[in-house]
Amino acid sequence: MDAGKESEPTAMKNRTTVERTSEREIVVTRSFNAPARIVFQAWTTPELFKQWWVPKSMGMSLLSCEMDVRTGGKYVLVFAFDGAKPTAFHGRYIEVTPCSRIVWTNDESDNGSVTTVTFEEKGGQTLLVLHELYPSKEAFEAEHGMEDAMGETFEQLDALLVSLGASVGRS
Amino acid sequence: MVQYSSARLDASFAALSDATRRGVLEQLGRADASITDLAVKFHMTLTGMKKHVGVLEQAGLVTTEKVGRVRTCKLGPLRLDDETAWMERYRQVWDARFDELDRIVEQLKRKEKVDGRRKRE
Repeated sequence: MDAGKESEPTAMKNRTTVERTSEREIVVTRSFNAPARIVFQAWTTPELFKQWWVPKSMGMSLLSCEMDVRTGGKYVLVFAFDGAKPTAFHGRYIEVTPCSRIVWTNDESDNGSVTTVTFEEKGGQTLLVLHELYPSKEAFEAEHGMEDAMGETFEQLDALLVSLGASVGRS
Repeated sequence: MVQYSSARLDASFAALSDATRRGVLEQLGRADASITDLAVKFHMTLTGMKKHVGVLEQAGLVTTEKVGRVRTCKLGPLRLDDETAWMERYRQVWDARFDELDRIVEQLKRKEKVDGRRKRE
C-alpha cells in the first residue's frame, strides 16, 4: 500500500455504530471520507462490491455476484461457507436513487428483511445509514439466530451454570 | 461495548471462582431466597453472605430487591448481556465490511484524482 507523497495523512478510522431501533429493526451507521457518488459506485458495481462485501474474517467467500442495481432489478449472491455447500442469496431492488438511496428485499425466506441504505453527503464526507426492517420481532430473532446465538463465551458461561445446576440435581 | 462485555465476563468468572457463590447460584436457580435464608443455608454470618451476594450482584449474575426489611435475591438478567454480545458481534461484521469498503473508496478517490490530472494535462 503506497499512499504516495501527495495524499493526505491517513484519517482516523471512522466508527461503525449499531442500534436496535425497534423490535424488528436494526440500524447501522458509518461515515466515509469521500463523496456519496464514490461510495455509491463502490456499492453498486459488482466487481467492486465483490471486493468488500465479504471480509476474510467472516470465514466465507463470495463465489459470484449478479447485480442489476436499478428499481425493479434483481440480485443473486452465491456464498461459499467453510466446508458447506454454496448458498445463494437473492432479492429485488425496490428503489434505487443514484448516489443517495438503495432499497432491496432479501427473499431467501419469509423472514427476510427489507434493507434500506442511504448515502448522505456533507462537506465531502458521506454518512451511510443502513436499516434492516423485518416483518416481525420473531422474524428478526429467527434471522439473526438470536434464540441460540449468544456470544460464545456467554454460551460457555451458561453451560457452566447448567452443569452446576445438574450436579446439584444429582446430589 | 467490547470493553464492557469483557469486564463483565471477568467479573462473572471471578464471581464463579468461589464454591459458596456457586452454591448460592444453584440455590437461586431453584428458588429466590432472602439473604438471611442463604446465610442459614450456608452456615454463614449475615455479613459474610451479604459480601458474597454483593460480588454476584456486581457480576450481574444475581439481582436483589428489598421489600420491607427483607432483601430477596434472584438470578440476574443474563439475557440482557446476550443481546449486548450479539449486537457487538453484528457490529463487528459490519465494521470489518466497511473497513474493506473504505479501502475500495480510497482506491476510487485516488484513481479519480489521477484521471482528473491526466485530463487536465
